[in-house]
Amino acid sequence: MQILSGDPPRSWLLTATLVVIVATLAFAPFLFPGAKPLNVAAKICVFALLVASYDLLLGYTGIVSFAHTMFYGIGSYGIAIALYGMGPGWGAVFVGLAVALPLAALLALGIGLFSLRVQAIFFAMITLAVASAFAVLASQLSWLTGGEDGRTFQIPEALRPAFTLLPKDALGVAVTGRTLAYYLVFLGAAALILLLLRVVNSPFGRVLQAIRENPFRAEALGYRIVVHRSLANTLGALLAAAAGALNALWLRYAGPDTSLSFAIMMDILVMVVIGGMGTIYGAIVGAAVFILAQNYLQSLMGAASGAIAGAGAPWFAGLFHPDRWMLWLGVFFVLCVYFFPSGIVGRLRGERKS
Amino acid sequence: MSATDVGAALPRQKTDFLPALLPALVALAALPFVSPSTWLTLTVAGLAMGMMIFIMASGLTLVFGLMDVLNFGHGAFIAVGAYLATLVLAPMAGYMQADSLATNLLALVPAALLAAGVTGALGLAFERVLIRPVYGQHLKQILITMGGMIVAEQLLYAFWGPQQIPLPLPTSLRGSFFIGDAAVEKYRLLAVVVGLVVFVAMLLVLNRTKIGLLIRAGVENGEMVEAMGYRVRRLFVGVFMAGSALAGLGGVMWALYREQVNAMMGGELMVLVFIVVIIGGLGSVGGCFIGALLVALLANYAGFLLPKMALVSDILLMVAVLLWRPRGLYPVATR
Repeated sequence: MQILSGDPPRSWLLTATLVVIVATLAFAPFLFPGAKPLNVAAKICVFALLVASYDLLLGYTGIVSFAHTMFYGIGSYGIAIALYGMGPGWGAVFVGLAVALPLAALLALGIGLFSLRVQAIFFAMITLAVASAFAVLASQLSWLTGGEDGRTFQIPEALRPAFTLLPKDALGVAVTGRTLAYYLVFLGAAALILLLLRVVNSPFGRVLQAIRENPFRAEALGYRIVVHRSLANTLGALLAAAAGALNALWLRYAGPDTSLSFAIMMDILVMVVIGGMGTIYGAIVGAAVFILAQNYLQSLMGAASGAIAGAGAPWFAGLFHPDRWMLWLGVFFVLCVYFFPSGIVGRLRGERKS
Repeated sequence: MSATDVGAALPRQKTDFLPALLPALVALAALPFVSPSTWLTLTVAGLAMGMMIFIMASGLTLVFGLMDVLNFGHGAFIAVGAYLATLVLAPMAGYMQADSLATNLLALVPAALLAAGVTGALGLAFERVLIRPVYGQHLKQILITMGGMIVAEQLLYAFWGPQQIPLPLPTSLRGSFFIGDAAVEKYRLLAVVVGLVVFVAMLLVLNRTKIGLLIRAGVENGEMVEAMGYRVRRLFVGVFMAGSALAGLGGVMWALYREQVNAMMGGELMVLVFIVVIIGGLGSVGGCFIGALLVALLANYAGFLLPKMALVSDILLMVAVLLWRPRGLYPVATR
């Protein structure tokens, strides 16, 4: 109870779901020794953290940011550039973090103070503009970021697959540097999600919810809206940058497509909404459901497209081509916002539609 | 004193000229850094780009001002308009290649009309299906319209394919006039003229007709207008359709300017349109016009003088303007 900050899932079904997800993730290297399942598991961990940090903004504070991938990208590129430039070593990892995190925080604070002092709707537009400018900048400054190709780099010795901690016969599965890297991602994400849970249940988090419900009244009670919103934005940005750093360490790569593209922003939005806004647990459920679907449904779409093309309807086949994944995601997203606004967590808790 | 004199007794509202002078100031400030002929070319290019952006942005700002609806899907209409134009212009390539302005216009005008008409109708559908259920809920509006934008963009990909479609300018609009040794492209002049026509027409409608009066009153205080028995909702649907049609028209002009069409253009221009609308002040047509000119002029000068700066020049401009006036150049009173 203490570790969940007194905010339990409040539903048996939800508790069971969460236990299954977390336990599966915790033992993933031993349950699914292959490379692809482990990649999926690591991606779920990273995105659970990223989505939870976004939930702090969208679900708890009620502001829409389109710059979350920018902060995610800053974290990714911070690690990538530091390790690329300084060579593999823990020092470089710390330098990367020491540059990326303050940069993300400063940028978030700047954007927040600028746009949140007028009206929250400015914020959505300005973050969209800034994020797209940042993405262009990152692809143009190729001497620093590697441009469209991104940066591939070496990670510290202890996290590489070649580094063997326990040989295969001890547990039936070899414990290598890759396993270690996975647990770094898993534990990092878990700790930060628990921290988020702590934040949203603190007095600060309550004020954020008050602002979401009725900004005017919150202000009248003496809480500075701009300050609270800006702080929430900064905190969200910091955690997004941390998620980006974990992702870069796992992938050993940072590039526009894995960290800055608008498609990722869309993914985050879908995960928040299907998981359930304003419930940190929703991020875990949403990320798990979405990433599993993304990895296994997209190939199904390809098969469907092939079948329809074979049946002689090439126009419809185009609609189901795997490249049109975003189309169905968009449709699904709109339908979710209309008919399923409280998300999976809200449904499991049996709350009425908000 | 008779009742009709009451208006005369009220103090006139002060006209705020300073922001309106900004584009001219920016243009003058750039003059010492470039040769006069280059300056003329850049300025005309900037004005043309500004007019096109204004055409796209004006609908968005009015819709926000009138109904407090921010349409993140506005960019979709821009891209759809451009694609629709290719539907007309591709079969009429013969007309486009003829070396006579009249024949060229015979292809261009139907293309522009079709684009504007269909995007207007799409605007109606978009408003009915997507926006109506989420009135007054900003958060959902942003999410829903963003989703609509993604779906529209992906449908364009599905029907037209991911490749860029070339859209060459008609023969009579190619090439440039020469004023001294400054080259002024013919198409840019046309864009400036069309933009001015749209701006003047919009001002006339807003300031000289009853509909315009109702729109302005609705922007100022919608509830009051409704209380007087006018249906602001219908007015709003009309403005939404007109705004969408203008976005489609702007999309056609932009596609001809770039001589190509791709589905990404909606999203890219959307960002520019947002910056313009924020600089101008949400809901203000005049501010939108000034903002569009400012952004475009600065982008052209910066692109010539400091190409690296051009990437962030509009963001810096926005920051500067918001430092000076946090609500934009011409903020609309109530919101």
